[in-house]
Amino acid sequence: MAIAALKTQRRNLVQSMFDEGVLDNQFNQLQDLQDSSNPNFVEEVISLFCNDAERIITELNRYLNDQNVEFSKLDSYVHQLKGSSSSIGAYRLKLACVNLRQASEERNMEECAGAFNSIRREYYVVRSKLQVLIQLERHIVNLENQQ
Amino acid sequence: MGPKLKQSYHHSVTVKVNEQMGTKRGYTFIQANRAWLPKFLLLWVMVMAFLSTWIYKKMDADNKVRRKEVLTSMCDQRARMLQDQFSVSVNHVHALAILVSTFHYYKDPSAIDQETFAEYTARTAFERPLLSGVAYAERVKHSEREKFERQHGWTIKTMKREPSPIRDEYAPVIFSQETVSYIESLDMMSGEEDRENILRARATGKAVLTSPFRLLGSHHLGVVLTFPVYKSKLPPKPTVEDRIEATAGYLGGAFDVESLVENLLGQLAGNQAILVNVYDITNSSDHLIMYGHQNQDGDLALLHESKLDFGDPFRKHQMICRYHQKAPTSWTALTTAFLFFVICLLVGYILYGAAIHIVKVEDDFHEMQELMVRAEAADVAKSQFLATVSHEIRTPMNGILGMLALLLDTDLSSTQRDYAQTAQVCGKALITLINEVLDRAKIEAGKLELETVPFDLRSILDDVLSLFSEKSRNKGLELAVFVSDKVPEMVMGDPGRFRQIITNLVGNSVKFTERGHILVKVHVAENPKPKDDAKAEIRLNGVSDAGALISGGCQYNTLSGYEAADERNSWDSFRHLVTTEALQNDASEKMTAADEASRSVTLMVSVEDTGIGIPLIAQDRVFTPFMQADSSTSRNYGGTGIGLSITKCLVELMGGHISFISRPQVGSTFSFTTVFGRCKKASRSDTKKSNAEDLPSGFRGLKAIVVDGKPVRAAVTRYHLKRLGMLVEVANNVKIAASAYGKNGSSCGSKIQPDIVLVEKDSWLSVEDGCLSLRMLDRKQNGRMFTLPKMILLATNITNAELEKAKAAGFADTTIMKPLRASMVAACLQQVLETGKSLPGKGMLNGPSVLGSLLCGKRILVVDDNMVNRRVAAGALKKFGAAVECAESGKAALKLLQLPHGFDACFMDIQMPEMDGFEATRRIRMLESQANEQMNGDTDKGSGRKDKWHLPILAMTADVIHATYDECLKCGMDGYVSKPFEEENLYQAVAKFFKTKPISDS
Repeated sequence: MAIAALKTQRRNLVQSMFDEGVLDNQFNQLQDLQDSSNPNFVEEVISLFCNDAERIITELNRYLNDQNVEFSKLDSYVHQLKGSSSSIGAYRLKLACVNLRQASEERNMEECAGAFNSIRREYYVVRSKLQVLIQLERHIVNLENQQ
Repeated sequence: MGPKLKQSYHHSVTVKVNEQMGTKRGYTFIQANRAWLPKFLLLWVMVMAFLSTWIYKKMDADNKVRRKEVLTSMCDQRARMLQDQFSVSVNHVHALAILVSTFHYYKDPSAIDQETFAEYTARTAFERPLLSGVAYAERVKHSEREKFERQHGWTIKTMKREPSPIRDEYAPVIFSQETVSYIESLDMMSGEEDRENILRARATGKAVLTSPFRLLGSHHLGVVLTFPVYKSKLPPKPTVEDRIEATAGYLGGAFDVESLVENLLGQLAGNQAILVNVYDITNSSDHLIMYGHQNQDGDLALLHESKLDFGDPFRKHQMICRYHQKAPTSWTALTTAFLFFVICLLVGYILYGAAIHIVKVEDDFHEMQELMVRAEAADVAKSQFLATVSHEIRTPMNGILGMLALLLDTDLSSTQRDYAQTAQVCGKALITLINEVLDRAKIEAGKLELETVPFDLRSILDDVLSLFSEKSRNKGLELAVFVSDKVPEMVMGDPGRFRQIITNLVGNSVKFTERGHILVKVHVAENPKPKDDAKAEIRLNGVSDAGALISGGCQYNTLSGYEAADERNSWDSFRHLVTTEALQNDASEKMTAADEASRSVTLMVSVEDTGIGIPLIAQDRVFTPFMQADSSTSRNYGGTGIGLSITKCLVELMGGHISFISRPQVGSTFSFTTVFGRCKKASRSDTKKSNAEDLPSGFRGLKAIVVDGKPVRAAVTRYHLKRLGMLVEVANNVKIAASAYGKNGSSCGSKIQPDIVLVEKDSWLSVEDGCLSLRMLDRKQNGRMFTLPKMILLATNITNAELEKAKAAGFADTTIMKPLRASMVAACLQQVLETGKSLPGKGMLNGPSVLGSLLCGKRILVVDDNMVNRRVAAGALKKFGAAVECAESGKAALKLLQLPHGFDACFMDIQMPEMDGFEATRRIRMLESQANEQMNGDTDKGSGRKDKWHLPILAMTADVIHATYDECLKCGMDGYVSKPFEEENLYQAVAKFFKTKPISDS
């Protein structure tokens, strides 16, 4: 029963993330890719994503605090983050990336800063939720293994 | 390409707006300085006022100078004359002095007495007009006084007529002119002036003058001239003492200067104008006036002084002249200046007015422009609204139609069914109309987006023809399509819209044509062949031409024999087209190579009918929406008149233009050009399979004879057969065909024996007997050795009786009903030839379930710089059983892909740092082509192995737009998948080459 409860919890969590727009359908596909041959796929991808995203956010922060912002560099980093987030299905993070790219194309520092903040915010939101999700997964896996 | 088109449309709109803004901003100089205009005017007026003043001043100054010159010359003239006259008088007095000294003193006794002197002087008075009179006074010393008084009998008196007191010397007047006889016996030395004069005169020996004073008697101002008379001759260079010693007396005369000058001036012109004063200026501080009034007014501003020399060096005189009146105002100068000012003022005002007008006109212009932009925007908005509304109507309409269809499936009574069917027909008509309106509105609102996909133009034309085959057959119309060989098999464009255009035009033609034919013809618009060649070819083909002309001679050389409106479409030009193509086919390799170079091809499509034509008056509004030839047209034929305007819009969207030639009661020919992109060779093989209708290849190499008296129709038939890969010959009538066939038969297959003979119904009917004999001949000659050629009858419409007759004659194995379509012809032939082996079917593997089987065991390289993406892509591909390797950059990928490698496919991210996907692909392709060349060199003589290195490379891209797709193709990629992977999309992309591969391998 514990497993069933945990699975319901997991489903609800994912559903809430969908509802809030934190995740999109791509995450479903990601989950579909996980099977017995590849049991830790989602977790692996999520941790990859988090490492990558944190690195990029650090870089972005550095570039945005520069006196003369190198927009081209900024753009390429944002592009990477956007790619990662769209791969994992982090919808709102992706939107924030798009905003930042737009702002950087317009060379609008204020909007850049705003978009960057929203990127950071969205990232923390998605990370915390995904971490909860991973914890749940582990619980489930453990319980399944015990049985 | 759709979004791109749309983009460009919007772009063009913005450009337009920008231009308008640009012209708005591009103010003229006047417009830019409009606020300054009044100031400019003021400045102008001021400058002009200044100029006028200057002109006035200058003219005035000129006047003054002239006036002064006049005054100077007048004054000098007067002075000179006065001086002359004076000196004449002085000379005369001098002469008188000599007379006195000669006759009074040298003669003894004296020859002169008072009487003589008086008479002489009186008679010579005219010589001295200036002198009122002359008198001679003798020098008498005091010692001689008594003797003198005694001698003359009177005592010497002073001027006051008193006996003179005792002095050293006396100068009593002894002779006097009668006019001054009152001074006789007066002592001239008693007057101060006279005394000084006398002393000075005898000292110098010259005439001397007194200062002016009132003359006795006349009370005029005058001067007294005194001349010394010497007793004895003077020594040369006499001293003053000598002179005084020798002095005997003094001759004097009074000059009445006033009357003298008066007279003088009276003689001269301009007397009234000027005022003359004469002064004695011996004492420079106190000028003594000799003539004129001291306080006369006059023009004090201007005066002229002239020196006078009256011969007395001691005394100085001058004449001062001035104008009586002040200088008159110079009216000429004033008027000139004033007129100048007025003219300039007017000019300025005119310029100002013009500028104001220009500003106003420009303002109006800009306003109008703005209004125009707004009007256009409103128009677009209207169209958008229409589009939206039409769309909104369409949705429920579809519901209604669907429900009606369902309703019709239910159990209905016949009346109910009738009602429902009527409703459905009406609904369909309505939705067609709405679709048309929607199209039109979409086009106007700029929302219509053209696709750019590869499609087979010929199959689309066939489809359209099949739509109308029923109608045309019912009407007995010949409906045919002909596509020139030069038109590429696959073109890039919007097949749906192209179909719509053709459908519209053909539909119109079918609607308005009751007899004759409708011919759709497509050829490449630019004919690269020079005209000379074409002419030469006509001559070459002259023999067969003659035959053609004879057989179809009585009629027009068109498809059906009816006259067509556009002569260019008649057989003359058509044959030209066909023959040139025939020749060009030989050199087609070269041609296609050249054609490939250009990225687009312009096609000329014409739809010719022999219908009722368009009335001349209506011809210029054919393309106007909702306009039909006349109101009766819609009554007779129905329709909204929107079709052609949509067609025109579509054609223009496709980069072409549409025109037509129409003759009432003869027919119309609509021609339009469109620009299509050429298909890349690489993509052609892929796209063809999915897009084009597959024509069976089972007829390749078959030989057919087409028997048709009408060359155009024969050409059409040949075109369709050629598409099936058949070799076609055309015979004008059955006899020719028979003879050709017979020859072939007898020569035992030196030429390929015809497998099929297609006979046009008209030709068959006209020579029924002949064909019978043909048949018999065939039987006899070839029965044993060869399979009989299949006989096929081509007919537009055929009655059952005719059909029976044909069958009975054994002529036709089957009948193909026109309009011809390649696929239909193929089906018929298949039936006839019983070559109905299973054709390579289109049994598509459906659904993503097969994706696993497609990808299973394949080695796939994923190139992406983004770790997460890489992992996800790899995961997805692995799920379908592929063996996945990853590379994190273009360079790494290149390393892995050094030939030979074992990868079956590569998924390449486009946007990567250092080396992007395009570049990486380009390099991979380069490596491959090098390897292939090398391999070709090695194995050329050998097995001729076709298996070249070509790794399928698929782009992974997040923004799936056509521009990117084009770019992908350009750099040698085989396709693209959207990122992140979607199963279906992935399947479609992968299936393209993983499916074809095993086939080519097998």
